[in-house]
Amino acid sequence: MTETIRVLVVDDEPQIRKLLRVSLGAESLQVIEAANAEAGLAALKQDKPDVMILDLGLPDADGLDLIPRIREISSVPIIVLSVRDDEGGKVRALDAGADDYLTKPFGIAELLARIRAALRHRLQASGSQPVIETGALRIDLTLRRVTLDGIELRLSRKEYAILAVLARHAGRVITQPQLLREVWGKVHEDDTQYLRVYIGQLRHKLGDDAAAPRYVVTEPGVGYRLKMP
Amino acid sequence: MTAPARPSPDTLLLEAQREGRGRLKVFLGASPGVGKTYDMLRAAQAAKASGVDVVVGIVETHGRRETQALLDGLEVLPRRTLDYRGRALGELDTDALIARKPKLALIDELAHSNVPGSRHVKRWQDVEDVLAAGIDVLATLNVQHLESLNDVVLRITGVRVRETLPDTVLERADEIELVDLPPEELLRRLDEGKVYLGEQAQRAREGFFSRGNLTALRELAMRAAAERIDQQMLAYRQRHAVSEPWPARERLLVCVGGKAIDRSLIRNAARLADTRGIAWIAVHVIDSRAHRLPNEAKDRIAETLRLAEALGGEAVTIPGENVAAEVLGYARSRNVTQIVVGHSKPMRAGWRRRRSLAHALLRSGAPFDITVVPTRNDARDASNTRDPIAVERWRWQDHITGLALVTLATLVGLFVDRWIGLENLALLYLVAVLVSAVRAGPLPAIVTSIVAACSLDFFFTEPRYTLNLQRHEDVLTLAVFLIVAVLMGRLGGQLRSQMQALRKTARRNANLSDFARRVAGALGRDEVARIIAEHVQATLDLPCVAVIERPAEALRPAARRGIGPDYQFRETDRAAAHWCWDHRQPAGYSTQTLPTSQWLFVPMATAQRVVGLLGLHLHERRRPPSAGQRRLLDALADQAAVALERVMLSAEIGDQRVNSQGEELRAALLSSVSHDLRTPLASILGAATSLQTQNERLSADDRSALLDTVVEESERLNRFVQNLLDMTRLGYGRIEARREWCDLREIAGRARNRLRRELSGRDVPIDSAGDLPLAWCDPLLLEQALVNVIDNAAKYSPAGTPIEIALGAQAQWLLLRVRDHGPGVPAADREKIFDMFHRVQSQDHTAPGTGLGLAICRGLLAAQDGQVRALAPAEGRGAVIEMRLPRKTPPQVRDD
Repeated sequence: MTETIRVLVVDDEPQIRKLLRVSLGAESLQVIEAANAEAGLAALKQDKPDVMILDLGLPDADGLDLIPRIREISSVPIIVLSVRDDEGGKVRALDAGADDYLTKPFGIAELLARIRAALRHRLQASGSQPVIETGALRIDLTLRRVTLDGIELRLSRKEYAILAVLARHAGRVITQPQLLREVWGKVHEDDTQYLRVYIGQLRHKLGDDAAAPRYVVTEPGVGYRLKMP
Repeated sequence: MTAPARPSPDTLLLEAQREGRGRLKVFLGASPGVGKTYDMLRAAQAAKASGVDVVVGIVETHGRRETQALLDGLEVLPRRTLDYRGRALGELDTDALIARKPKLALIDELAHSNVPGSRHVKRWQDVEDVLAAGIDVLATLNVQHLESLNDVVLRITGVRVRETLPDTVLERADEIELVDLPPEELLRRLDEGKVYLGEQAQRAREGFFSRGNLTALRELAMRAAAERIDQQMLAYRQRHAVSEPWPARERLLVCVGGKAIDRSLIRNAARLADTRGIAWIAVHVIDSRAHRLPNEAKDRIAETLRLAEALGGEAVTIPGENVAAEVLGYARSRNVTQIVVGHSKPMRAGWRRRRSLAHALLRSGAPFDITVVPTRNDARDASNTRDPIAVERWRWQDHITGLALVTLATLVGLFVDRWIGLENLALLYLVAVLVSAVRAGPLPAIVTSIVAACSLDFFFTEPRYTLNLQRHEDVLTLAVFLIVAVLMGRLGGQLRSQMQALRKTARRNANLSDFARRVAGALGRDEVARIIAEHVQATLDLPCVAVIERPAEALRPAARRGIGPDYQFRETDRAAAHWCWDHRQPAGYSTQTLPTSQWLFVPMATAQRVVGLLGLHLHERRRPPSAGQRRLLDALADQAAVALERVMLSAEIGDQRVNSQGEELRAALLSSVSHDLRTPLASILGAATSLQTQNERLSADDRSALLDTVVEESERLNRFVQNLLDMTRLGYGRIEARREWCDLREIAGRARNRLRRELSGRDVPIDSAGDLPLAWCDPLLLEQALVNVIDNAAKYSPAGTPIEIALGAQAQWLLLRVRDHGPGVPAADREKIFDMFHRVQSQDHTAPGTGLGLAICRGLLAAQDGQVRALAPAEGRGAVIEMRLPRKTPPQVRDD
């Protein structure tokens, strides 16, 4: 890929911006910095970044309010930075249109994985990737076939539906309400026990251990993620 | 060597109570006109001249010029004007005086009765308030106003003095100055118009101011002052512990009945006891017939007992049928040496019991000094000496019962008439009389007896169906029948009364123990307040409130029964409650303080403090509570006070514990900041600066090692900060569990994953039952709790040993157990390790950390109804920490 990928970082902490500039720069990503919400929106319009990293605690606006405004003008993937213990905030941000989240403090490897997932999703959105592979797992969304080590798995309709939603957003977190809405419909939005039961069955068929899952990872209080290499 | 004499505790206590109190000096005179006010004003002028801040609270000059002149140059407080029946009357403005707070205040006429609507009934009560505010008071008093001399004065002068004040007021005075004027001199002054003016002087000259009266009063005044001086001497000796054997505390006992004459008896007893300098007790024996006394009589007994208390005595009521025996028994138990009993000519033969009390006491030969005080019956008393039987209320139902029984007996009699004689028929009627006596009381029984006798006569004696009698033996039978029936009626009636009295006592005791039981379980002050309000209302059937905060600005009861939430208290009610709280004495309706209030307030006080008030809305009933009600009320208030104090103390202990934990927390935080925060920071800073400055000289391995240090220590720091945050939020009760259905295996796996660095080199298996049910919990809180336990296990067990995590289910609980292979937790420490800052000490080292981890773990589990404890391992060494969550049934998942 010859075109440089541009990452817009909106964070009021100069140290965090510096860290990202250095570490993302080392990965040949171009970092655009903004210290507050207004500067961030301006940079979004002007520089057309490929991915946006947004801190929820900004001096001039609440990141949660900012996300819908961003969505009005752009479909850029948004990775939200937040602190632990604000699971409710994370879910709201994701439901408002953010694509993923990262908890402070974070390791740079994690951030890079999130950025890769976000960019991959951009490609998928254009419909170019009907087959997702991670480890020994292969999911063919067009043929609705799931194989593990080349052996086809017999999944129930709901199990497949869950896996398909996760696969379409491979590497990114899907909130529990979102997953429940897409698979069971809006009335079951709060029935998290459905997810526990079906994810348990799914993991069993994928040969996954709930205590150390290889494919379907739990984000406690938030949702699930299909782990990508 | 002799032990140093110590002042009597009672005396010291009194001294202590006087601390901060103003001093009272009383100018005591034998009669009006001797110059008390004059002397008082002279003393005030002298005090002012020596620079004392003096204010005239209230002074009556009675238009006397010499007195008026002495007021010059003194600050006179404006009077509080009260409107009474269309007349504006000036009274002492106590509040203004206390607000002005001079060093010395002048208040004339201690015995003065205030205009209705004032705070207190009597002026001396205002003076008490002023003294309590720390203001010295000069006051005047005529000797005839002393409560205990009231009867003597009546006897000497023939005038009943209405304005009286308790002797204790004079006893508590710090100084008494006798203002003496020989009678001749006084009469001369009267004639000169220096005492009263015009016509008033003439009337006074003819009535009160006779030479004989004045001489007698003068003697009384001198004696009162002299007795007072004796007491001061005694007080001095006690205060300074003048060596003298402290005599066993003698007591005088006075027997109180329900008659007005007892008031003078009480006054006599008070005077006798005071002269002898001993304590005294007024005893009232309450028998089974007491409940049938008319309300006025009950009130009078209560009033008499209150008078005894006002005169400095102790008032006691004891139950019993034999008055003399009860009095003697009680006297023996209280070290009584003298018994005072009234004796009056019997009004009727029916009043035999009362007449015989003095005789019975004298006849008993008990080793008491028995003083019989002759008492007069005035008209008012006569009305109360009626046989109590006569006052039983007429209820026609009672008589119907009797008549029905007689009818029944007659019918049965007519049926069996041919087989049995008249004597046996009479027995049939006796049954009717007895049943009627036991069921309805003596009066209906007597009526029944008469009707029964008539029936016997009418139906069963020859000639039949007339009331005539032919045979002599029939006359005799009927006469005997009537006597037996009436006697039986009375006996049966007494039996019934005793039963009722017993039942009443049993009810009262049951009531108290019921209250005690309910209040014992109360957890908070509000709950105690609610229970007492409910209970009092149910018992006395009166609207009632319980107040647990001092009603300084507003009266806000913690509980109310019988009045609506929007009930408006009047200012008088609040003032009464306030006064009651501050003075630990009943106030409001039917008391001496603020009687215009519609409420009676009784303090709930323990030995140390007032903890609440009980308010009764008595206005509608327009009758003060009876003595029995007052006692029940006092008993309830006492129990409530104990309960209130108990919950207050336990709350205070709780606060102290929280505070001392706060102290510990601060100390631990300081040591944490210096150690647990700085250590990782030092490593990070060291590694980072090393990389920064020595980069070129370091090998690739060294660089990697330093970088590992930075990452590991940062994570440690992060965990530590997380713990501090959790602890703070737990401490503030701010952790709110967001529960959802969770798979415990996921949570255990995540916890293990978060600690992968700490656990490196160890085997950490997660073992779980195949069909582990879902847990209803907050996944993040549980994860953090598990992280803390696993982290702890890693700290306290040798590197490389396994840590085992087991998940399981019981009928009621889901279990998470973490077992290590370290030294284990000593049995004694198994509970303590969950306390904040507790760290198990081992010989060689103390593991790093704040000792917060397990305490937080307990808090995090408690937030989701879970528990954590340390167990002894089933086999081998090591510690087992078991966390458990209540097992709940997840909702059904519909299969597709």
